[in-house]
Amino acid sequence: MNLTKLTGAQAVVESLLVEQVDTIFGYPGGAIMPIYDALYDYESTVNHILVRHEQGAIHAAQGYARTSGKTGVVFATSGPGATNLITGLADAMIDSTPLVCITGQVASHLLGTDAFQETDVVGISMPITKWNCQVTKAEDIPEAIAKAFYIAQSGRPGPVLIDITKDAQFSETDFDYKKCTNIRSYYPRPKLNKSVVEEAAKLINEAKKPYLLIGQGIMLSNAEEELLEFAEKSGIPVASTLLGLGAFPNNHPQYVGFLGMHGDYAPNIKTNECDVLVAIGMRFDDRVTGDVSRYANQAKVVHIDIDAAELNKIIKADVAVHSDAKEALRILIDLVDAKQHTSWLQEFRDAKKIEVETLQESAKEDHSEELKMDEVVKMLSELTNGEAIVVTDVGQHQIMTARYYQYNKTKSNVTSGGLGTMGFALPAAIGAKFGAPDKPVVAIIGDGGFQMTLQELGTIMQSDVNLKVIILNNRFLGMVRQWQQMFFEKRYSFTNMVSPDFVALSQAYSIEASKVEARKDLKNGLLKMLNHNGSYLLEVMVAKEENVFPMMTTGASVSEVRLN
Amino acid sequence: MKKTYTVSVFTENSIGMMNRVTIIFTRRHLNIDSITASESEVKGVFRYTIVLRTTREQVDKVVGQLEKLIDVFKAFVHEDSEVVHQEIALYKIKTASLTNGDVEKVIREHHARILTVDPQFMVIEKTGHVAETQLLFENLKPYGVLEFARSGRVAVTKPMKEFSTYLKELEESNHKL
Repeated sequence: MNLTKLTGAQAVVESLLVEQVDTIFGYPGGAIMPIYDALYDYESTVNHILVRHEQGAIHAAQGYARTSGKTGVVFATSGPGATNLITGLADAMIDSTPLVCITGQVASHLLGTDAFQETDVVGISMPITKWNCQVTKAEDIPEAIAKAFYIAQSGRPGPVLIDITKDAQFSETDFDYKKCTNIRSYYPRPKLNKSVVEEAAKLINEAKKPYLLIGQGIMLSNAEEELLEFAEKSGIPVASTLLGLGAFPNNHPQYVGFLGMHGDYAPNIKTNECDVLVAIGMRFDDRVTGDVSRYANQAKVVHIDIDAAELNKIIKADVAVHSDAKEALRILIDLVDAKQHTSWLQEFRDAKKIEVETLQESAKEDHSEELKMDEVVKMLSELTNGEAIVVTDVGQHQIMTARYYQYNKTKSNVTSGGLGTMGFALPAAIGAKFGAPDKPVVAIIGDGGFQMTLQELGTIMQSDVNLKVIILNNRFLGMVRQWQQMFFEKRYSFTNMVSPDFVALSQAYSIEASKVEARKDLKNGLLKMLNHNGSYLLEVMVAKEENVFPMMTTGASVSEVRLN
Repeated sequence: MKKTYTVSVFTENSIGMMNRVTIIFTRRHLNIDSITASESEVKGVFRYTIVLRTTREQVDKVVGQLEKLIDVFKAFVHEDSEVVHQEIALYKIKTASLTNGDVEKVIREHHARILTVDPQFMVIEKTGHVAETQLLFENLKPYGVLEFARSGRVAVTKPMKEFSTYLKELEESNHKL
């Protein structure tokens, strides 16, 4: 191959092209100017989305990665540009989202001198990146980028950051890009130990009340079909974590609901009644387990995960399968007996009935005319047949959406799970749309979270992206208020929120908008939003003091989930 | 129950590696008693020896998270009985203090050695476990210790399996692309 001489900046863009990058989310600045200058010549090949804040860029890249299954790419400058990525890096790290973030850095002779816009972003981001590095020579750029993509995508995915000094961007190098396929100290593709899977199958086959918990790992390993086949053959009831929603069709008769602190009643209490618990691609987060000392003690636990550090980290596994979910499921499908667990499934349905009835009772006692969040979500779910990509922020609206949107399609749920980042949804929805341009994208956001990153309305306006935004406005930081009501004697300390006129705000950005205040207008409002050709913001005024139930309080066990 | 553990971490020699390794301990609010790093018997592979007091459960989880680091090949945890370990200590005392008593006896009893003698000061070296180097420090105190420096622990394990064998196993545990 003939080597071409390129500047380091051009090498960055050419490297991204070899990795088939089609979209970059970013914001220019001093130390990354050479890269932006190089990018100017690739306007027709690469779509660069100019955000309004670097946090918006990284959340957008996360949304893009989650809906497309590809690696999200971010550009930011040094100093404040780089530090504005930190929340997104931490979010992507804890939610296993593959990202490659490229930051500009001051020239190498200035490193460590407190130069203008210098920060030690490699040091700062070390605990919240899967890997990071600093490049000070142009010739090291292709290799660093190749490594970055390999690491971000392989094994348990995660964010990677490459910090490139300005002199490395300016100087010339021979460009010869070799994709990375191996790093000698990194083993992302564990070979499955078949005898361990046989042990797992034996437990499953002997079980009277087996129970399957799934997480995002199913989608990250593209194992949705295998999961469906395995579940249908074995007849096991399936429950999902927050991030696992969508991996298994929610309208499937074996789907029993959503797990955790604000999850459904049946999936939580049945955790302490099953005899074999099979967890795939999930990590027993404390929001899922409640009190771990009283979690599934009666059950034999089979845990399948690609990340060895997750096995036995929280819950001791009787059979720990260190494997990619897809590979393990393929083998399990052949090893498990075809069964139906009709009466066991019926127990979940009976418990669900208790939940529905109790919630209906509580609703009856409420004589106000105010719209409730769940009504909005249920109607949206109906109108979109559970087939839209739904992006949520953090708080009550997020839980209501997780509970009442019927996610029937994979990679259709984008939310900030592990980190719980308010302000995530608006930018993530922009990225989600670029990652899945043919699908409808609806962001559901609270009045609090929306105001954390509302500047990204500017990005929607400029990039002409077609997405729908619903603000569920309860004039409170609802989840915190609920906790204040329940555990802090209704001392509503700094949770009531005064907001601007969201409709006027949206219109100022040339985004069509309207407001729904009464139940009778909800359906039309939603239809108008969904049918609008272009982006649309719908503000829905909902009850001020609505509480989310079921709920597991801090320190409670999954058996102690409260219905009111 | 808390115990002293020796964690050995085998890594690439990359910039910031020490930081990456220690962050894993910091996250769990674990204090490191000593840390040393140097190239191992395998060229280019560095060995960190970290000593800390904690519970077996904590240290096992730390090892799992250390192994997640891209540039870490493998990490091990050992109890004191499973390793042969040593520390080195240097003591600087005034040469004049030789006349104040029986320094020679102290040095002999501790099997320490004199590294250098200058008209003003001399440097004594002692290798051993912490308790031993500490005892020499106490015994030299009456003569006036001007400086005292002790290394972290270095340790090798008692089992005969070599690191290169682990490396081979690790490579084989991974699907080839």
